[in-house]
Amino acid sequence: MKKLKFSDGIRDSIPIALGYLSVSFGVGITAASCGISPLEAAALSLFNVTSAGEAAGISIIAAGGTYIETAISQLVINLRYSLMSISLTQKMDESFTLFHRLTTSFAVTDEIYAVAAGKPGNINRSFMYGLMILPILFWTLGTFLGAAAGNILPASVCDALGIALYSMFIAIVVPPATKNKGILFTALSASALSCLVYYLPALDFISSGFAVIICTIAASLAAALIFPVPTSDEKEHE
Amino acid sequence: MMSGNIFIYIAVMAIVTYLVRMLPAVLIRRKIKSKLVNSFLFYMPYAALSAMTIPAVFYATGSWISAAAGFAAAAALSLKGRSLTIAAAGACISAFLVNLIISTFFVMA
Repeated sequence: MKKLKFSDGIRDSIPIALGYLSVSFGVGITAASCGISPLEAAALSLFNVTSAGEAAGISIIAAGGTYIETAISQLVINLRYSLMSISLTQKMDESFTLFHRLTTSFAVTDEIYAVAAGKPGNINRSFMYGLMILPILFWTLGTFLGAAAGNILPASVCDALGIALYSMFIAIVVPPATKNKGILFTALSASALSCLVYYLPALDFISSGFAVIICTIAASLAAALIFPVPTSDEKEHE
Repeated sequence: MMSGNIFIYIAVMAIVTYLVRMLPAVLIRRKIKSKLVNSFLFYMPYAALSAMTIPAVFYATGSWISAAAGFAAAAALSLKGRSLTIAAAGACISAFLVNLIISTFFVMA
């Protein structure tokens, strides 16, 4: 099998980087509308590199939430990256020493993970660095541009771009939900719970950050109990 | 209204997010055995994304009608196997066009 190079990583990352540029533009607009400056928004994106986590973080910041609330929201929303990191350790070759595990794990996102995990065989650190660099830069650049240009763009364009981030979430959830009953159940119950918290006046005391946390834990626990996922061992025996 | 320092917020987010990514890569070398934990972790991202999207998406574009059009476009494009970028672009364009129609034909009258 041909050895993966840094340039292979760069090439595979171009569609991710272009996608990030457009989605992070929406993050920047949201950040600016919450009173966050373009440079602050760029710093937020450079150090976090996570669409859903940043969106939740921005809404908590805008609502005057606490640091603890912010931390818990990131833990719950981004915990999926732990799974991806665990999965990636199974594909890392011996070039991933402790130092390179510390650096490459910074860029575990849904899309980078998906590309890395989709490679046949093991991956080496050169490929992983090639895969990381453009998406991180474009994610940061797009956020900066969105926060800076959000004020210049006409309101009609800003309104339309406001759905960019959500549409990415929709595109991540809808296709697997049509194929997997457990995921469909999870998505529907989390949505229903979220609406309850949002619309019931009695639940107004729950902040939007904690609402996501509560709905996520309740829906995924229910799904795990009703539709347990077969382990990989069981799948092999089927 | 912001109540704290933006850079502390950013630092808190960055540290938690990095630990979530880094600790498993460095610490966990064995497979998780618990079926319940594995299932919970498998469903969690979908639950989080759904809870963040519904109902917030319907307030994202200034009108729930254009938001619904954007939602439908994103769902349809992703079901056709299009990339996230195309789905997002399609949703934005749909929302923009529906907002344009609404403002042209209904608000003006």
